[in-house]
Amino acid sequence: MHKFLIRSFVSSLVLLFTLTVAAVAKDVKAAFVYIGPTGDHGWTYQHDVGRKAVEAAGFKTTYVEGVPESADAERVLRQLANSGHDVIFTTSFGYMNPTNKVAKEFPNVKFEHATGYKREHPNVSTYAARFYEGRTILGTIAGTMTKSNVIGYVASFPIPEVIRGINSFTLAAQKVNPNIKTKIVWAFTWYDPGKEAEAAKALIDQGADVIAQHTDSTAIVQMAEKAGVYAFGQASDMDKFAPKAVLTSVENNWGPYYVDRVKAVANGTWNQKDTWHGIGDGMVVISDLDSQMPADLRSKVKKLQADLASGKVHSFTGPIYDQKGNLMVAEGKTADDGMLAGMMTYVKGVEGDIPK
Amino acid sequence: MIKIVKRGQPSRAIFFFTPVLAIFLTLVAGGLIFFILGFKPFEALKFFFIVPIADKYGFSELLLKATPLCLIAIGLSFCFKSNNWNIGAEGQLTFGAIVSGGVALLFYEQEGFYILPTVILAGAIGGMLYASIPAILKTYFNTNEILVSLMLVYVSKLILDYLVVGPWSNPEGFNFPETRQFSDSAKLPLLFEGLRIHAGIFLALAAVVISWFVFYKTYLGFQMKVSGLSLKTAKYAGYKGKKMIILVFLISGACAGLAGVGEITGPIGQLHREISPDYGFTAIIVAFLGRLHPVGIIFASLVVAITYLGAETAQIFMQIPKYTGQVFQGMILFFLLASDYLLFFKIKFIGLKK
Repeated sequence: MHKFLIRSFVSSLVLLFTLTVAAVAKDVKAAFVYIGPTGDHGWTYQHDVGRKAVEAAGFKTTYVEGVPESADAERVLRQLANSGHDVIFTTSFGYMNPTNKVAKEFPNVKFEHATGYKREHPNVSTYAARFYEGRTILGTIAGTMTKSNVIGYVASFPIPEVIRGINSFTLAAQKVNPNIKTKIVWAFTWYDPGKEAEAAKALIDQGADVIAQHTDSTAIVQMAEKAGVYAFGQASDMDKFAPKAVLTSVENNWGPYYVDRVKAVANGTWNQKDTWHGIGDGMVVISDLDSQMPADLRSKVKKLQADLASGKVHSFTGPIYDQKGNLMVAEGKTADDGMLAGMMTYVKGVEGDIPK
Repeated sequence: MIKIVKRGQPSRAIFFFTPVLAIFLTLVAGGLIFFILGFKPFEALKFFFIVPIADKYGFSELLLKATPLCLIAIGLSFCFKSNNWNIGAEGQLTFGAIVSGGVALLFYEQEGFYILPTVILAGAIGGMLYASIPAILKTYFNTNEILVSLMLVYVSKLILDYLVVGPWSNPEGFNFPETRQFSDSAKLPLLFEGLRIHAGIFLALAAVVISWFVFYKTYLGFQMKVSGLSLKTAKYAGYKGKKMIILVFLISGACAGLAGVGEITGPIGQLHREISPDYGFTAIIVAFLGRLHPVGIIFASLVVAITYLGAETAQIFMQIPKYTGQVFQGMILFFLLASDYLLFFKIKFIGLKK
C-alpha cells in the first residue's frame, strides 16, 4: 500500500511536470516580421516556411508581411511585443535599429534579428546563414558547365554579404576552370522582377551562358529559361519556374533554427547569440541536382557538399589574390569570420569594380 | 422608378456629403470582401478601424501617420485648386529628405539650437527646388507637369539610393545602405515620453491654418480659384499665370519636403532607402477626399492614416493579408470619384403612375 502510494505520487508528479512543461511550451507565441509578401518564392517565402515549422512544433505564431523599413517597422514591432508574443523574429536587415529600440522597452520579450550586427540589449540575438558555402557549390557547377567561360552574376547591394558570395562563387569556378570570368550587374534591389530580368538579359547579351543571382525573384531563372542558358535558384527551390535552366538552388532553411530558438524561449534557456550557420548545420540546403549535369560532376558536388558540411573544405582557402594580385589569404590558411564579415574586395577573376 | 436628373449648381452640402458617403461605401464593400475571404466582417472592421487607435499609443501613432499625409495634401491642394497636376510629391518629399539629411549629417555629433531649424529649412528648400523643375518646364517649355513630376519621383529615389549606398553610407556600418544616425540636436523633439509623436505635427497644423487663410482671405487664393475653374477667364482677367504656377509648385514642394524632414528627423533618425511608404502618392487621395479644403484634409488624413494602422492590426490579430490596407485606400478613391457623380446629377425616386 505504502509503495503504491509513493509510486502513484511520483508518477502523478511526473505527469504533472510533463503537463506543465507541455502547457508552458504551448503558451509561447512567436511573431515574424517580413519585408515582402509570403508569396515571393524567395526570401520571405522561405522565412514563412520556417514559421510553419514552428507551428508544426506546436507553437502559436503570428506574422506581418510587407512591413516597410520606414518608420512603420517600429510600430509593428511594438504592437507585437505588446500583444503577448514572447519572441519576435525580424527578418530583414533594415529592421536593425527599430528592433534594438523596441527591445530596450520590452526586456521580457526576445528579439531575433536576421542578417544584422547590432545586439545592443541582452534580449537581442542575431542570426544569418553562410550562403557563401552554397555559392562554392554553384561556382563549381558553373565553372564546369560553361562553354563561353563567361558567367553572369546579378548582385543586389555592394555589402560584404554579397561580395563574399561573388568571391566564393568565382573562386570555386576558377578551381575547376581557370579561364572563367565573372561579370557582375548590380541591380540595387533585393526584389524587383523587372529590374532583375533586365540585368540577366544584359549579362546573357554579353555572352554569359550561366547566370547566378543574389536577388530574390524568379525573374532571372525565367529569363535564363527563355534564352536557353543555365541558372541557379535563390532562397527556395526554383526548379519549377525554369525546369531546363535551373541546375540546382541554394535554399535558405530557417526552420530548424526557428524551432530551436522558440523551444529555448519555452524552456527558459534562451540566451543572446550571434548565429552563423552553414551547410553543416542545415541552414543552407542544396536542392536536387539536375540530370543535365554529367554524373561525375554530380558526384563531385555531392562530395564537396559533404566536405563543406564537415569542415574539411572551406570556401576561402588560400592562396587567394585580389583583383590587383595582392595576397588576401596565404596558402594553406583559411579566411576567418572577421575577414568574411567585412569582405569588401573582389578576388582575381571578377570583372569590374565594386560600386562606391 | 428611379430617374437621374442633372443638377444646376452642386450644393455645398452634397459637396461635403459625398466624401462621407464614399467612406461609408468603402466600409460596406470592405466588410463584403472580408466576408467573401471568410472573415467575420464586423470583427474584421473593428480590428481595422477601432482597435488600432483604442489606446493612447495607438492614437499617437495615428497622428504620427496623419502628419506627413496632411502636410503633403495641403501642399498639393494649392496645385490642384489652380489646375496644376503635381503628381510627384513623393519625389519632392524624397529630395527634401535628402537635402535636410545631408545637412543633418554635416552636424554629426554636434550640438546647438540652430541645427534643427537649419535642417528643417534645408528640407523645405530641397522640396521647393525639386518641385520647381516641373513648374519651370511647364511654364517655359509647355511640358506636361503630370509626366515630369511623376518621372522625377523615380529619379529622386535613385539619387537617395546612390547616396546611402555610396558616399553617405555609415563608415562603421559594414557598407549597408544607410547613413549614420543623426545627432539629437538634428532631431525633432518628441511631444510625450514614450510616444513617437513629434513636433512635426505643428508644421502640419501651421500649414492648415496658413492655407485656409490663403485660400479664402487673399487675392492669391481668389486667383487660384479662378484659374482652377477656367484658365481662359484667368487669362482674360489678366492674372499672371506663370508666376502663379511656379508659386503653387514651390509651396507644394516645400510642404512635401517638410513631410520628408518629419520622417527622417522624427521616427527614423537617419537616411536609408525606404523613408516613406509612398506618402506622396497616398496624399493625392487625401487631398481629394478632403475636398481640397484645409479642414477636410485634416479629417481625410486621419481616415487614410488609419488604413495603414488597421492593416497591421488586422494581420496580427486576424491573419488578414496586410495588403488589404492598400485595397481600402484604393476603394476610398474609387467610391469618391464614383459618388462625385452625385455632384452634378441627382437621383429622383418617382412613384409609378397608376
